[in-house]
Amino acid sequence: MNYEIISSLVGGVLIGLSATMMLRLNGKIAGISGILEGSIFEVRNKDSRWKIIFLLGFLFGGLYLLLFQSETLINKFNQSIWLTILGGLLVGFGTRLGSGCTSGHGVCGVSRLSVRSIVATMSFMLAGFATVAVLKHLFNFGGFH
Amino acid sequence: MRSAVIFIAGVLFAVGLGVSGMTQPHKIIGFLDLLGSWDPSLLFVMVGAVAIHSIAYITLNKQKGPVFESSYSLPNSEKISKKLIIGSLLFGVGWGLSGFCPGPGVVSLFSGNIASISFVISMLIGMFAFRQMGKGEKADG
Repeated sequence: MNYEIISSLVGGVLIGLSATMMLRLNGKIAGISGILEGSIFEVRNKDSRWKIIFLLGFLFGGLYLLLFQSETLINKFNQSIWLTILGGLLVGFGTRLGSGCTSGHGVCGVSRLSVRSIVATMSFMLAGFATVAVLKHLFNFGGFH
Repeated sequence: MRSAVIFIAGVLFAVGLGVSGMTQPHKIIGFLDLLGSWDPSLLFVMVGAVAIHSIAYITLNKQKGPVFESSYSLPNSEKISKKLIIGSLLFGVGWGLSGFCPGPGVVSLFSGNIASISFVISMLIGMFAFRQMGKGEKADG
Protein backbone atom coordinates (compact mmCIF):
# COMPACT_ATOMS: atom_id res chain seq x y z
CA MET A 1 0.00 0.00 0.00
CA ASN A 2 1.33 3.41 -0.84
CA TYR A 3 1.77 6.29 1.55
CA GLU A 4 -1.29 8.22 0.35
CA ILE A 5 -3.63 5.30 0.91
CA ILE A 6 -2.24 4.77 4.41
CA SER A 7 -2.62 8.43 5.38
CA SER A 8 -6.16 8.43 3.98
CA LEU A 9 -6.97 5.36 6.07
CA VAL A 10 -5.41 6.85 9.21
CA GLY A 11 -7.29 10.13 8.69
CA GLY A 12 -10.48 8.17 8.12
CA VAL A 13 -9.95 6.26 11.37
CA LEU A 14 -9.54 9.57 13.26
CA ILE A 15 -12.78 10.83 11.71
CA GLY A 16 -14.50 7.57 12.64
CA LEU A 17 -13.25 7.89 16.24
CA SER A 18 -14.50 11.46 16.45
CA ALA A 19 -17.94 10.47 15.13
CA THR A 20 -17.98 7.55 17.58
CA MET A 21 -17.18 9.81 20.55
CA MET A 22 -20.03 12.11 19.52
CA LEU A 23 -22.46 9.21 19.15
CA ARG A 24 -21.64 7.01 22.12
CA LEU A 25 -20.86 9.75 24.63
CA ASN A 26 -23.19 12.56 23.52
CA GLY A 27 -25.77 10.79 21.38
CA LYS A 28 -25.18 13.17 18.47
CA ILE A 29 -24.41 12.81 14.76
CA ALA A 30 -21.17 14.52 13.75
CA GLY A 31 -22.52 16.17 10.61
CA ILE A 32 -20.37 19.17 9.78
CA SER A 33 -22.82 21.09 7.58
CA GLY A 34 -25.51 20.92 10.28
CA ILE A 35 -22.99 21.85 12.99
CA LEU A 36 -21.91 24.87 10.93
CA GLU A 37 -25.47 26.00 10.25
CA GLY A 38 -26.42 25.68 13.92
CA SER A 39 -23.30 27.44 15.25
CA ILE A 40 -23.63 30.37 12.89
CA PHE A 41 -27.32 30.89 12.21
CA GLU A 42 -28.88 29.56 15.41
CA VAL A 43 -26.41 30.80 18.01
CA ARG A 44 -29.09 31.42 20.63
CA ASN A 45 -30.74 28.05 20.18
CA LYS A 46 -30.01 25.82 23.19
CA ASP A 47 -29.36 22.85 20.91
CA SER A 48 -26.55 24.80 19.22
CA ARG A 49 -24.35 24.77 22.33
CA TRP A 50 -22.71 21.44 21.57
CA LYS A 51 -22.33 22.48 17.93
CA ILE A 52 -20.43 25.62 18.88
CA ILE A 53 -18.13 23.68 21.21
CA PHE A 54 -17.49 21.12 18.46
CA LEU A 55 -16.75 23.91 15.96
CA LEU A 56 -14.27 25.51 18.39
CA GLY A 57 -12.47 22.17 18.70
CA PHE A 58 -12.63 21.80 14.94
CA LEU A 59 -10.98 25.22 14.47
CA PHE A 60 -8.36 24.30 17.06
CA GLY A 61 -7.65 21.18 14.96
CA GLY A 62 -7.22 23.40 11.90
CA LEU A 63 -4.76 25.58 13.81
CA TYR A 64 -2.85 22.45 14.85
CA LEU A 65 -2.59 21.42 11.19
CA LEU A 66 -1.30 24.86 10.21
CA LEU A 67 1.38 24.79 12.91
CA PHE A 68 2.52 21.17 12.73
CA GLN A 69 1.31 19.66 9.44
CA SER A 70 0.97 22.62 7.14
CA GLU A 71 1.53 20.41 4.06
CA THR A 72 -2.05 19.20 4.60
CA LEU A 73 -3.33 22.69 3.74
CA ILE A 74 -1.65 22.95 0.31
CA ASN A 75 -4.06 23.71 -2.53
CA LYS A 76 -2.72 22.96 -6.02
CA PHE A 77 -6.12 23.14 -7.65
CA ASN A 78 -5.90 26.26 -9.74
CA GLN A 79 -9.63 26.87 -9.99
CA SER A 80 -11.15 30.15 -11.15
CA ILE A 81 -12.37 32.15 -8.19
CA TRP A 82 -15.84 32.48 -9.74
CA LEU A 83 -16.28 28.74 -10.04
CA THR A 84 -15.06 28.36 -6.44
CA ILE A 85 -17.69 30.87 -5.32
CA LEU A 86 -20.39 29.15 -7.37
CA GLY A 87 -19.25 25.86 -5.85
CA GLY A 88 -19.51 27.29 -2.34
CA LEU A 89 -23.03 28.56 -2.93
CA LEU A 90 -24.11 25.15 -4.21
CA VAL A 91 -22.41 23.32 -1.34
CA GLY A 92 -24.09 25.56 1.26
CA PHE A 93 -27.52 25.40 -0.30
CA GLY A 94 -27.35 21.75 -1.37
CA THR A 95 -26.14 20.35 1.97
CA ARG A 96 -29.00 22.07 3.78
CA LEU A 97 -31.64 21.04 1.24
CA GLY A 98 -30.29 17.48 1.34
CA SER A 99 -29.87 17.52 5.16
CA GLY A 100 -26.20 16.55 5.18
CA CYS A 101 -22.80 16.36 3.56
CA THR A 102 -19.83 14.00 3.30
CA SER A 103 -19.70 13.62 7.09
CA GLY A 104 -23.36 13.39 8.13
CA HIS A 105 -24.46 11.24 5.19
CA GLY A 106 -21.17 9.82 3.87
CA VAL A 107 -19.65 8.71 7.18
CA CYS A 108 -22.34 8.70 9.89
CA GLY A 109 -25.34 7.73 7.75
CA VAL A 110 -23.53 5.06 5.74
CA SER A 111 -22.17 3.55 9.00
CA ARG A 112 -25.74 3.46 10.30
CA LEU A 113 -26.83 1.80 7.01
CA SER A 114 -29.40 4.57 6.54
CA VAL A 115 -30.96 4.20 3.11
CA ARG A 116 -31.46 7.96 2.89
CA SER A 117 -27.77 8.58 3.52
CA ILE A 118 -26.68 5.89 1.06
CA VAL A 119 -28.86 7.51 -1.63
CA ALA A 120 -27.51 10.97 -0.71
CA THR A 121 -23.90 9.74 -0.82
CA MET A 122 -24.38 8.11 -4.23
CA SER A 123 -26.04 11.31 -5.48
CA PHE A 124 -23.28 13.71 -4.45
CA MET A 125 -20.54 11.33 -5.62
CA LEU A 126 -22.18 10.91 -9.03
CA ALA A 127 -22.73 14.66 -9.35
CA GLY A 128 -19.08 15.25 -8.40
CA PHE A 129 -17.81 12.72 -10.97
CA ALA A 130 -20.07 14.23 -13.63
CA THR A 131 -19.02 17.81 -12.86
CA VAL A 132 -15.31 17.07 -13.14
CA ALA A 133 -15.90 14.94 -16.26
CA VAL A 134 -17.84 17.71 -18.01
CA LEU A 135 -15.56 20.60 -17.03
CA LYS A 136 -12.27 18.81 -17.56
CA HIS A 137 -12.89 16.44 -20.43
CA LEU A 138 -15.68 18.16 -22.34
CA PHE A 139 -14.71 21.80 -21.91
CA ASN A 140 -11.03 21.29 -21.13
CA PHE A 141 -11.29 23.78 -18.28
CA GLY A 142 -8.04 25.41 -17.17
CA GLY A 143 -8.05 24.72 -13.44
CA PHE A 144 -8.27 20.97 -13.91
CA HIS A 145 -4.75 19.77 -14.62
CA MET B 1 -16.30 16.83 31.05
CA ARG B 2 -19.09 16.69 28.48
CA SER B 3 -17.87 19.87 26.77
CA ALA B 4 -14.26 18.70 26.87
CA VAL B 5 -15.21 15.49 25.06
CA ILE B 6 -17.09 17.41 22.37
CA PHE B 7 -14.15 19.79 21.94
CA ILE B 8 -11.71 16.88 21.59
CA ALA B 9 -14.01 15.20 19.06
CA GLY B 10 -13.94 18.44 17.04
CA VAL B 11 -10.13 18.53 17.14
CA LEU B 12 -9.87 14.86 16.09
CA PHE B 13 -12.29 15.38 13.21
CA ALA B 14 -10.36 18.34 11.79
CA VAL B 15 -6.97 16.64 12.18
CA GLY B 16 -8.42 13.51 10.55
CA LEU B 17 -9.58 15.56 7.57
CA GLY B 18 -6.10 17.07 7.22
CA VAL B 19 -4.20 13.79 7.59
CA SER B 20 -6.53 12.04 5.14
CA GLY B 21 -5.95 14.54 2.32
CA MET B 22 -9.53 15.83 2.23
CA THR B 23 -8.33 19.41 2.83
CA GLN B 24 -6.38 19.50 -0.47
CA PRO B 25 -8.75 20.36 -3.34
CA HIS B 26 -6.40 18.94 -6.02
CA LYS B 27 -6.75 15.57 -4.31
CA ILE B 28 -10.54 15.87 -4.29
CA ILE B 29 -10.52 16.66 -7.99
CA GLY B 30 -8.15 13.72 -8.59
CA PHE B 31 -10.61 11.48 -6.77
CA LEU B 32 -13.60 12.83 -8.70
CA ASP B 33 -11.77 12.52 -12.04
CA LEU B 34 -13.09 9.06 -12.77
CA LEU B 35 -12.65 9.45 -16.54
CA GLY B 36 -9.10 10.81 -16.27
CA SER B 37 -6.16 9.96 -14.04
CA TRP B 38 -8.35 8.71 -11.20
CA ASP B 39 -6.73 8.81 -7.76
CA PRO B 40 -8.69 6.38 -5.57
CA SER B 41 -6.79 7.11 -2.34
CA LEU B 42 -9.55 9.27 -0.82
CA LEU B 43 -11.92 6.32 -1.06
CA PHE B 44 -9.95 4.95 1.89
CA VAL B 45 -10.98 7.89 4.07
CA MET B 46 -14.51 6.58 3.92
CA VAL B 47 -13.34 2.99 4.33
CA GLY B 48 -11.40 3.88 7.51
CA ALA B 49 -14.13 6.09 8.97
CA VAL B 50 -17.00 3.71 8.23
CA ALA B 51 -15.03 0.67 9.45
CA ILE B 52 -14.61 2.31 12.87
CA HIS B 53 -17.94 4.07 13.10
CA SER B 54 -20.12 1.16 12.00
CA ILE B 55 -18.87 -0.78 15.04
CA ALA B 56 -20.28 2.05 17.18
CA TYR B 57 -23.69 1.42 15.62
CA ILE B 58 -23.54 -2.39 15.64
CA THR B 59 -22.82 -2.39 19.38
CA LEU B 60 -25.30 0.40 20.17
CA ASN B 61 -27.92 -0.27 22.82
CA LYS B 62 -30.70 2.28 22.35
CA GLN B 63 -32.30 1.44 25.72
CA LYS B 64 -29.19 2.43 27.63
CA GLY B 65 -28.62 5.83 25.98
CA PRO B 66 -25.28 7.62 25.50
CA VAL B 67 -22.95 8.29 28.42
CA PHE B 68 -23.63 12.03 28.89
CA GLU B 69 -27.22 12.30 27.64
CA SER B 70 -30.49 10.56 28.37
CA SER B 71 -31.13 9.48 24.77
CA TYR B 72 -29.71 9.42 21.25
CA SER B 73 -30.64 12.20 18.80
CA LEU B 74 -30.78 10.21 15.57
CA PRO B 75 -32.70 11.15 12.42
CA ASN B 76 -35.85 9.08 12.11
CA SER B 77 -36.95 10.00 8.59
CA GLU B 78 -36.58 7.18 6.06
CA LYS B 79 -38.20 8.97 3.19
CA ILE B 80 -36.23 9.22 -0.04
CA SER B 81 -37.45 12.71 -0.90
CA LYS B 82 -36.84 14.99 -3.84
CA LYS B 83 -35.17 17.43 -1.44
CA LEU B 84 -32.69 14.78 -0.37
CA ILE B 85 -31.71 13.88 -3.92
CA ILE B 86 -31.72 17.38 -5.46
CA GLY B 87 -29.87 18.82 -2.46
CA SER B 88 -27.22 16.09 -2.63
CA LEU B 89 -26.81 16.50 -6.40
CA LEU B 90 -26.33 20.27 -6.01
CA PHE B 91 -23.83 19.65 -3.25
CA GLY B 92 -21.94 17.21 -5.52
CA VAL B 93 -21.75 19.77 -8.33
CA GLY B 94 -20.42 22.38 -5.89
CA TRP B 95 -17.90 19.85 -4.55
CA GLY B 96 -16.63 19.14 -8.07
CA LEU B 97 -16.43 22.85 -8.93
CA SER B 98 -14.58 23.97 -5.80
CA GLY B 99 -12.79 20.84 -4.57
CA PHE B 100 -14.17 21.50 -1.08
CA CYS B 101 -16.88 19.98 1.06
CA PRO B 102 -17.97 21.85 4.23
CA GLY B 103 -15.55 20.51 6.88
CA PRO B 104 -12.37 20.66 4.79
CA GLY B 105 -13.37 24.12 3.55
CA VAL B 106 -13.47 25.43 7.12
CA VAL B 107 -10.21 23.68 8.13
CA SER B 108 -8.44 25.06 5.07
CA LEU B 109 -9.25 28.64 6.17
CA PHE B 110 -6.02 28.32 8.14
CA SER B 111 -4.09 28.19 4.86
CA GLY B 112 -5.15 31.81 4.33
CA ASN B 113 -5.82 30.99 0.67
CA ILE B 114 -8.27 33.23 -1.13
CA ALA B 115 -9.96 30.09 -2.54
CA SER B 116 -10.72 28.78 0.96
CA ILE B 117 -11.98 32.13 2.20
CA SER B 118 -14.22 32.65 -0.85
CA PHE B 119 -15.51 29.10 -0.58
CA VAL B 120 -16.50 29.39 3.09
CA ILE B 121 -18.15 32.80 2.69
CA SER B 122 -20.16 31.67 -0.34
CA MET B 123 -21.10 28.40 1.41
CA LEU B 124 -22.51 30.38 4.34
CA ILE B 125 -24.40 32.59 1.88
CA GLY B 126 -25.80 29.41 0.27
CA MET B 127 -26.95 28.16 3.69
CA PHE B 128 -28.47 31.54 4.46
CA ALA B 129 -30.32 31.52 1.11
CA PHE B 130 -31.76 28.11 1.91
CA ARG B 131 -32.91 29.28 5.32
CA GLN B 132 -34.61 32.31 3.80
CA MET B 133 -36.32 30.24 1.13
CA GLY B 134 -37.16 27.42 3.47
CA LYS B 135 -38.81 29.54 6.17
CA GLY B 136 -41.93 27.70 7.24
CA GLU B 137 -40.82 24.72 5.22
CA LYS B 138 -38.06 22.73 6.91
CA ALA B 139 -35.68 20.24 5.31
CA ASP B 140 -36.55 16.68 6.17
CA GLY B 141 -34.40 14.62 8.52
